[in-house]
Amino acid sequence: MFQHDRLNSEITLFQKIKNLDYILLISIILLSILSVFVMYSTDGGEILFHTKNHFVKLSVFFPLMIFVAFFNIKFWHNFSYIIYFIVILLLVYVSFFGIKSSGSQRWMDLYLFVLQPSELMKVAIIMCLAKYYHRLKIENVNSFTSITIVLSIIFIPIIFVIAQPDLGTSILIALSGLIILWLGGVKIKYFIYSFITFLISLPFIISFLKPYQKLRILTFLDPDRDPLGAGYQIIQSKIAIGSGGLDGKGFLKGTQSYLDFLPEKHTDFIFTLFSEEFGFIGSVALLILYSIIIFRIVRIGSISRSNFARLFCFGYAFAIFIYIVVNLSMVLGLLPIVGSPLPIMSYGGSSMLATMIGFGVVLSAKINHKQMIA
Amino acid sequence: MIKSNSGIRKTDVINRRMFIIGAAKIVVFVGIVARLFSLQINENKKYLTLSDKNRIREWKLPPTRGNIVDYFGNVIAGNLKVYQLHIIPEQVENFNYLLVRLKNLLNLSDQKIIKINKLKEELKPWDSIIVSENLSWSQFVKINNYLYDLVGVKPVMTISRNYPFKDVYTHVLGYVSQPNEQEILNNQIIQERFVPGMKIGKLGLEKRLENYLIGTNAIQRYEVNAYGKRINQLEHQKGQQGSKIRLTVDTKIQKACGELLKDRAGSISVMDIYTGDIIAMYSSPSYDPNLFLFGISQDEWQLIRNNPLKPLINKTLSGLYSPGSTIKPIVALSALENKVIDTKFKVKCTGKMELYGQTFHCWKEKGHGWVSLKNAMKQSCDTYFYEVSRLLGVDRLNITAEKFGLGKKVLGDYFDNEKKGLFPNTKWKKNNLGKGWVLGETLITGIGQGYIQSTPLQLCMMTAQIANGGYAIKPKIIVDSNPISYEDAKQSMESGLLFDADSESLLDKKLFKNQKNIKIVQEAMFSSTNERFGTSYKSRIDDPKYQFAGKTGTAQVKRISKRERELDLELEQIPYKDRDHALYVAYGPYINPRYALSIIVEHGGSGSKAAAPIAKKLFKLIIDRHDLRNEQSNFERITI
Repeated sequence: MFQHDRLNSEITLFQKIKNLDYILLISIILLSILSVFVMYSTDGGEILFHTKNHFVKLSVFFPLMIFVAFFNIKFWHNFSYIIYFIVILLLVYVSFFGIKSSGSQRWMDLYLFVLQPSELMKVAIIMCLAKYYHRLKIENVNSFTSITIVLSIIFIPIIFVIAQPDLGTSILIALSGLIILWLGGVKIKYFIYSFITFLISLPFIISFLKPYQKLRILTFLDPDRDPLGAGYQIIQSKIAIGSGGLDGKGFLKGTQSYLDFLPEKHTDFIFTLFSEEFGFIGSVALLILYSIIIFRIVRIGSISRSNFARLFCFGYAFAIFIYIVVNLSMVLGLLPIVGSPLPIMSYGGSSMLATMIGFGVVLSAKINHKQMIA
Repeated sequence: MIKSNSGIRKTDVINRRMFIIGAAKIVVFVGIVARLFSLQINENKKYLTLSDKNRIREWKLPPTRGNIVDYFGNVIAGNLKVYQLHIIPEQVENFNYLLVRLKNLLNLSDQKIIKINKLKEELKPWDSIIVSENLSWSQFVKINNYLYDLVGVKPVMTISRNYPFKDVYTHVLGYVSQPNEQEILNNQIIQERFVPGMKIGKLGLEKRLENYLIGTNAIQRYEVNAYGKRINQLEHQKGQQGSKIRLTVDTKIQKACGELLKDRAGSISVMDIYTGDIIAMYSSPSYDPNLFLFGISQDEWQLIRNNPLKPLINKTLSGLYSPGSTIKPIVALSALENKVIDTKFKVKCTGKMELYGQTFHCWKEKGHGWVSLKNAMKQSCDTYFYEVSRLLGVDRLNITAEKFGLGKKVLGDYFDNEKKGLFPNTKWKKNNLGKGWVLGETLITGIGQGYIQSTPLQLCMMTAQIANGGYAIKPKIIVDSNPISYEDAKQSMESGLLFDADSESLLDKKLFKNQKNIKIVQEAMFSSTNERFGTSYKSRIDDPKYQFAGKTGTAQVKRISKRERELDLELEQIPYKDRDHALYVAYGPYINPRYALSIIVEHGGSGSKAAAPIAKKLFKLIIDRHDLRNEQSNFERITI
C-alpha cells in the first residue's frame, strides 16, 4: 500500500520535463518547422497570411501541448467523459448557431479563431471510449449493454457531424472510435459481421449521399470523366505529385502550386505541394517522420501501466495513422475526395489544436507511465 | 486481486490486438510508398509532360507576309510598322476615366466606346483590347506623352501589309484583309497559322499566292497560371517571312499607264512579245488597297462602289469588249492563210454593202473606193473586211482567232476573275442559242462586232503573237523558275520549237502556215500608223528607235440608228453610256519588235482619237526601259 502510494505521488516539474519523450517531441518540432516552410511555399515564397497564421497557431498550440502533458494522466482519465460531453455540447451549439461556409455549418467563432468542434471530437471520442473500456470488466466487453453504450458514444457525435454536413470528419471519428472497440476486445466476428453488413448496405447508403458526394465517388472511379470540373482536383494533384520525380522540383519551385493549378493547397492538398517540391525522397522522409511519431506513441502506450493510457495511446496512434492514410490516399487518387487534413502540416487551427491536445495527453501518459488508475 | 487479474488479461487483449493493427499499419504504409513510387518514379515522365502542358502555353503571332517586288526589285507589296493602341483591362484603375481621356485624345466615336466596353465584358481581364489598329505617328506620340495618365494603356508596334504605290497595282495584287470563317476553313495553311488580327489575300495575286506569301508564325512561349494568365515569357521563336515574289511588271510603266488613263475608264496592257512577260496591266480607275487593311469605312466603300467608272472591275481581265477594227489583222491573216485573198485582191468600197436586203455600213460614209489589203487596213475600211469575211466564213476565221488566243484565258488560273471572252462560230451559235448562223453575222464578226467579245489582255497577246512573227507565247506575270533570256526566247521561237516548262517538252509554237502572211499583216499594220491616211497616222513616231505599228478600233456599244447616222454627232453630244469604246493595239519598235500593247478607253469615242495617242506617249517610255530591263537578270526566283 505504501509502495502504491509512492508510485501515485506527485512528481516534480523537473522530473516531468525529464520524463518527456524527446524523440516524439523532436519529431513534432521537426514536423512543425517543416509545415511552416511548406506553408511559406504555398504563399508563393512570401510570408503572407497563411504562413503567419500557421506559425502563430503553432506557437500557441505547441506550449499548450506541453501544458496538457504536465497534467497527470489520471486527471485526463477523470475528465474524459466531461470533455466528451463538452464537445458534444459544442457540436449541438454549432448545429444551431454555427458559422456557415460553402454550404456547411461546422464552425463557431471564438473571436481569436474559428473553432471546428468536430475536429476536437476526433480526440475526445478516443478519451471517452478509452476510459469506458478501462473501467469495463473484460467479461462484459461483449455484453449487449456495453456494445449498445459504446455504439451510442460513437453515433451521437457522428449524427451531428454528418448533419453539418462533413462526411470526411465523421468517418474519421467513427474509425477512431471503432479502433478502441477493437482494442477493448470486442469479438472479431462482430467486426466481420458488421463489415459484411456495411458492404451489403453500401448501395443503400450511397443512395442517401448528397449529389456532390456521389459525384466525388464517380470522379474517384474515373477522374477523366470531367477533367475540368469534378475530376480537376485529383488530376492536378496527381500531376503535381508525379511531376515531382525522385528529388522534386525544389523548394518554392513547384509549378503546379505556384501557378495555382493545385486546389486547396493550404489544407487537404498540402502533401501534393510538398511532394511536388521534394519528390519521392522527401515524401518517404515525411512518411518516416510520421512513422516515428506513431511508433513512439505506440511505445508510450505499451509501457503505460494503466489501460486507459494504453488504450488512448494505441487509439490515438491509430487515429494519426488513419488521418495520414486517408489524406494521402485521397491526394494520390486511391480514395475518393473526402475532406481530411494532414496532421500538423495542413493549415487549420482546430485540427492542429486537437492534434496537439492528443500529443499532450500522450506525453502526459509518458511522464506518468507508472501511474496506476483504479 | 480479481480486479488486477482482470486488468492484466485486458492488457493482454489490448497488446495482442495492437500487434495486428501494427502489422496492418506497416502494410498500408508500404502500399502508400508503392503508390508514390509508381507516380513519382515510374510515371514521372508522363506527369512532367502534363505539368509542362499545364504551365506552358504558346501564343502564335501573325506571320509576316512575303514581299512582292516588281521586275526591278522595287517593293510593290511590303510590310510596314504600324502603331496600335491596346488596353489591358486588369491594369486599368478607372476604366471610364480612361475611355474619356482616350476619346478626347484620339477622337473616338461613341460607337467605338460602346464596342470597347462590350469587348471588356467578353474578354478576360488580362486580354488586351485593341482600341486602334493603326494610329498615326502624331497620335502615337500624343499617347506616349500622356502615358503617365493612361494607366493600363499599351502602345504597341506591329507589322502590317502596305502597298507603297497605292492604287497603281490594285488589280494585279488585290489586297489583304481579315479572313472570314469560310476562308479559314477552306485553306489548310491559313487554318494552321491563323491568329486573330491576321490578314489574308482577298483578291488578285495576294489571294492566288497566299500559300507562298503567308509566312510562318512567330511563337511566344509563356508560363501561365491555372487561369491562363501569363506569368513570364520563356521563349520567343521567330517566324519566317513568306516567300518573296518577283513579278514581271515595271512600276514606271504601270504608273505611266495609270496617269494616261486618269479619270477615264479603261485598260492598258503591255507585253514582251518573246517571253510573254506582262510589263504592265492597268485597269482604270483603280482604288487604294491600303484602305482595306484596317477595315474600310462605309463612306469610302460607298464612294468606290458607286463610282460610275466601276473601279472594282479589273477591266484588263474581266472587261469584255467587242474588239472592233483591232480584229482586222486576224481577219486578214486568216484570209491570207486560207488563200481566200492575196495582196492584190481589191474590193470597191462605196460606203456601204447590201446583203440580202440588209445594209452594212462602212465607217466612212463616202466610201474608200477600190482598196487592197494594205489600204483597207490602213484606213480600216469596213466594206473590204465585210467582203473578205464573207469569202472566208466565220468558222475558218474562228480557227485562226483561237490560235492567237481569243476566246481563251490568257493567264490560266492565276486570276479567278479572268474571263474567257468569246469568238463565235456556227457550231457555237447552234449549241448555245439554238439558231443557225446567218451570213450577216459573219460580216459584223469580220469587223469585230456582234457576238465576239475579248478582254484587253487577249488583244494584247494577239498583237504580241503577230509581232513576234507568229509564234505562240505563254504570258506570265510572275518571274518563274525557268526564266528564259530575251535572246534565247527569240531564237528558240524562231527555230519554231520552244521548250515548255509546264509539259517539259518541245512544242510546236508556230501559229502560221506561211510566215509571209504574217509579214503582210505586219506591213499593213505599219502603214496604218506610219503612212498618210492611216487611222493612227497622227500618233506615229518617226524615230525608227520608237517607231511602232498598230491598229485602231472603235467598238460600238449600241446599234447606231439611221437617224443617228445622219446626225453624225460629235462625241460630247452623245450620252457617256452610248459613246463608242476606243481601242488600240500596237507593237514596236517596228524593226526588231519587242513589246506589244493594247489600250482600251471605255466610251472614249474613236480609237484613233482616244486610244492611239496614249500609245504614242507610252511607247517611248517602254522602249527606253528595254535596256534597263535586259540588264536585270540574276534575281532570286521562286517556284510557283
